[in-house]
Amino acid sequence: MLEVKVIDTVTINVDGELAQVPKGVNVIEAMRVVGKEKEIPHYCYHPKLSVVGNCRMCLVEVGNPMRDRQTGEAILEENGEPKIGWAPKPVIACATNVSEGMHVRTNTPSLVDCRNGVTEFLLINHPLDCPICDQAGECRLQEFSAEHGRGYSRFKEEKNVKPKRTRLGPRVTLDDERCILCSRCVRFSQEVAKDDVLGFVDRGTYSTLTCYPGKELSNNYSLNTVDICPVGALTSTDFRFKMRVWFLKRTHSICTESSVGANTEIWSREGKIYRITPRRNDAVNDTWMTDSGRGLFKESESEERLKSYSVDQVAKSLDDAIAATRELLEGGSIGVIGSAHSSLEEQYLLQKIVKHTNASFEMIQHTGEGDGLLMSEDRTPNLRGALITGLINQLPDTRLGQLKEAIEGGQIKTLLVFNEDLEQLGIDLGSLKDSVQVIYFGSSKNSTSEQAKVIFPSLSVFEKDGTFVNQNFILQKFKQAILPPMGLMPDYGVLTAILSELVENTHTVGMPSMESLWGEISKTVELLKSVQWSEIPEEGLALNGDAFASMNFVETENLKFKPTLVSEIV
Amino acid sequence: MAIEEKRLILKYTDQPGYTNDIDCYIKHGGYEDLKKAFKMKPEDICEEVLQSGVRGRGGAGFPAGMKWKFLDRKSGKPIYLICNADESEPGTFKDRQIIHKDPHQLIEGILCSAYAIQAKLAFIYIRGEFFEGYKILERAIEEARVKNFLGDNILGSDYSCDIIVHRGAGAYICGEETGLIESLEGKRANPRIKPPYFPAALGLYQCPTIVNNVETLCDVKHVINMGGKEFAKIGTPGNTGTRIWCVSGHVQKPGYYEFPCAGVTLGELIYDVCGGLLPGRKLKAVIPGGSSSKILRADERFTGKKKDGTEFDWGIEDIPMDFDSLSLVGSMSGSGGVIIMDDSTDMVEALANINYFYAHESCGQCTPCREGVPWMKKITTRMCTGGAREEDVDLLKSVADQIAGRTICAFGEAASWPVQSFIAKFKDEFEAKAKEQAILRKQGEDTATETSLI
Repeated sequence: MLEVKVIDTVTINVDGELAQVPKGVNVIEAMRVVGKEKEIPHYCYHPKLSVVGNCRMCLVEVGNPMRDRQTGEAILEENGEPKIGWAPKPVIACATNVSEGMHVRTNTPSLVDCRNGVTEFLLINHPLDCPICDQAGECRLQEFSAEHGRGYSRFKEEKNVKPKRTRLGPRVTLDDERCILCSRCVRFSQEVAKDDVLGFVDRGTYSTLTCYPGKELSNNYSLNTVDICPVGALTSTDFRFKMRVWFLKRTHSICTESSVGANTEIWSREGKIYRITPRRNDAVNDTWMTDSGRGLFKESESEERLKSYSVDQVAKSLDDAIAATRELLEGGSIGVIGSAHSSLEEQYLLQKIVKHTNASFEMIQHTGEGDGLLMSEDRTPNLRGALITGLINQLPDTRLGQLKEAIEGGQIKTLLVFNEDLEQLGIDLGSLKDSVQVIYFGSSKNSTSEQAKVIFPSLSVFEKDGTFVNQNFILQKFKQAILPPMGLMPDYGVLTAILSELVENTHTVGMPSMESLWGEISKTVELLKSVQWSEIPEEGLALNGDAFASMNFVETENLKFKPTLVSEIV
Repeated sequence: MAIEEKRLILKYTDQPGYTNDIDCYIKHGGYEDLKKAFKMKPEDICEEVLQSGVRGRGGAGFPAGMKWKFLDRKSGKPIYLICNADESEPGTFKDRQIIHKDPHQLIEGILCSAYAIQAKLAFIYIRGEFFEGYKILERAIEEARVKNFLGDNILGSDYSCDIIVHRGAGAYICGEETGLIESLEGKRANPRIKPPYFPAALGLYQCPTIVNNVETLCDVKHVINMGGKEFAKIGTPGNTGTRIWCVSGHVQKPGYYEFPCAGVTLGELIYDVCGGLLPGRKLKAVIPGGSSSKILRADERFTGKKKDGTEFDWGIEDIPMDFDSLSLVGSMSGSGGVIIMDDSTDMVEALANINYFYAHESCGQCTPCREGVPWMKKITTRMCTGGAREEDVDLLKSVADQIAGRTICAFGEAASWPVQSFIAKFKDEFEAKAKEQAILRKQGEDTATETSLI
């Protein structure tokens, strides 16, 4: 199902070896293809930003086949090879595009001297405060200094003094002395965030990064500047001085903020999450994510979180809660309110329960204002998943429909609720207390959980494995980063147990594995035929969403999404 | 004075009674060449300029006609002409004379050139400190507009062109053509990377743009007047036209002097034209083309082969003042700023002074120049104020070598050439200073000396 693009390639010669690289890319990207990425260190170049070429770290020697000026024919050496006209000076790899027959040298003594020179220059006015710098361990300057540095200083003069601890905005703190003036953050603000507040003031060696007077770096993408800062100049005010990055475990995850499904990396240690950063995926989020998405882990640390299974508001074991649920579900007259926050696996299992119990099912759509970038109008991560698994067959409304009437009319005796607050949906549980029993799946306390008969605390996306399907029908998997609160099982585990009680009348112990779940899903769900859990690639699997193309999804155009107009389909 | 100046651009200036208003200019035959230009086809003017061989007077000496040839005329975008009047190279003061004393000649030159490249809008980017010159140009443009030498339908033709004078804000780097363009667009004057931003294709507002020096544009007027072939007869082949040499430093009569290229030797310029050195002094060194060009030592012998194969063996006084000869001796004619130093000069202090300037003027965009040039300044300042070490001279050379050729614009070279050449030619002085201070330090005496550093 993956699109295979046929790319035009050119043959270039890298340090004497021939290599096929895509046509038109710059030398840095070409080296990435060849696997010689390490040979060309760079600071200011970023694949998703414009090229300025100011760090001068990526210098290479480049030569092109010479041609006769009059006839245009290639000039050959005595051995028949084309004669190469080498550029008189080293050129920056970031602004040099490859062409057929180009020769690139990455490792001559003169280039080594260039890199050593730039490294020395960057360090002379650098505070060299790695021991207290947050960037240490993931700092380009630190890495390249080890590789290209002199090891001692020839600089005996006084260093420049620049502002420290400048507050650029609510989430970003700047240390100007560490700044190497690569202008990545300035370009990001201009080109991606479209919030042109950063710039340099003063000249030459006194150049200083700063915010436009009276403004601050407060847009919802400000923390991306921290990510792309190659040194420790821009730091996250939240993460500053909290933890050394080399102690942190990195887990691939997906942002649940909206249907964009930005690829993320969870940085955790000993069951605690310290930060979330974006993970590059050119089809989904490039290398960016929202600031708001980075703070989502704090919700799962909140006091309001549900932490134990309970029946009749008394903490009980999982088995008791399941037994109570079975009793209720076998009583019939069931209503289910599903959620687009659940993973695809959970939605699949719920769909089975709905079918088995012949329940009335509805789902609520959660929308908000989109920003045209990485926050879409649909504020749930997995609405497409519910469509694919057959949990729903049309887009949900933002309000309850017939199910509400059925509840209020007394046709529903048991109500299985995922994540929603019934009070907000206009259902007065107080007056229905005697007629409707609620089974609640959710992560935090709310008015519904307070009156629920059975409570199953849900786990956050950081505490379980699973998959979401994003706005472009890309199936993306997330992995468990930290342990859940003691004794809790993910929803898919609970749902599997309920199902086996209901359908097979057996009592299962323990959680189903993702492999076994997907073994079943891949047999029954049409669009996921023969997809195995272990085979879902890290960059996601593009599914064919044509069957749903006529639906009027709420998303408007954003970074990677173009809405299909209904007229186009007709 | 044994040698007479041969003035072309400054022909009337400094003549008694010659004023910078339009009436005086017209009385002396002004704007006749513009009328002549309008009778020619634009492409013919470009051809004449190419034939004349006139080379850029701003510093690099690139043939102007060739520069115009690179212009991207197929893009369909408007073409702009920019006059670079950001004269900031230390030792250079020719453009200011033209602007102050003969602004209409510049305006005529700009209009002829704009017509030739079919630009509908021309800019004069004038150095911020030239406030008087700015006022003079503004007035001159108004005078010319009244007489319909610029504006809509110039002289009844269907060609319209306007000139906008823009003042810089005091940065040397605005004289670099892409830095100038950035500044004109209202941004920081950070020079652009080339490729892809060659002004002739992607210049001002990403449109094809030609940037020429004040003197070069004045030359275009004379090319039209004489015809390219006739103009090329002034000077020597490859070094055509006249040049205004701005002589400063330890001579009796510093000032600006106009000669045909190779029409005078460096010795003649110093001893005959400028009245020689101050009494009792000996020549020590010459910086021949603005402070960024490489210094020449008075007792050097320059030998080698010219382009035509003939050999030369020159002392410093024999060097013909033109583009090619000065580059043959390892320096350049640059912007024409000839700085003469006699034996009273402390070379370490002279270099410290130059370094101070370049450290102050680096735009700060690329790493080697931003960090390296102030470092060199800090070293030379320390050497002058009593902290010289013997290893400093090698360190200076090594830092300069790490800058040259590795930056976006030519500023990296401009700042490191003086250091490289001073050390190559006066290394003994740098070492002597360090030794002298080391002895003083050993004796427990104060090494700090009074200097004339800024």
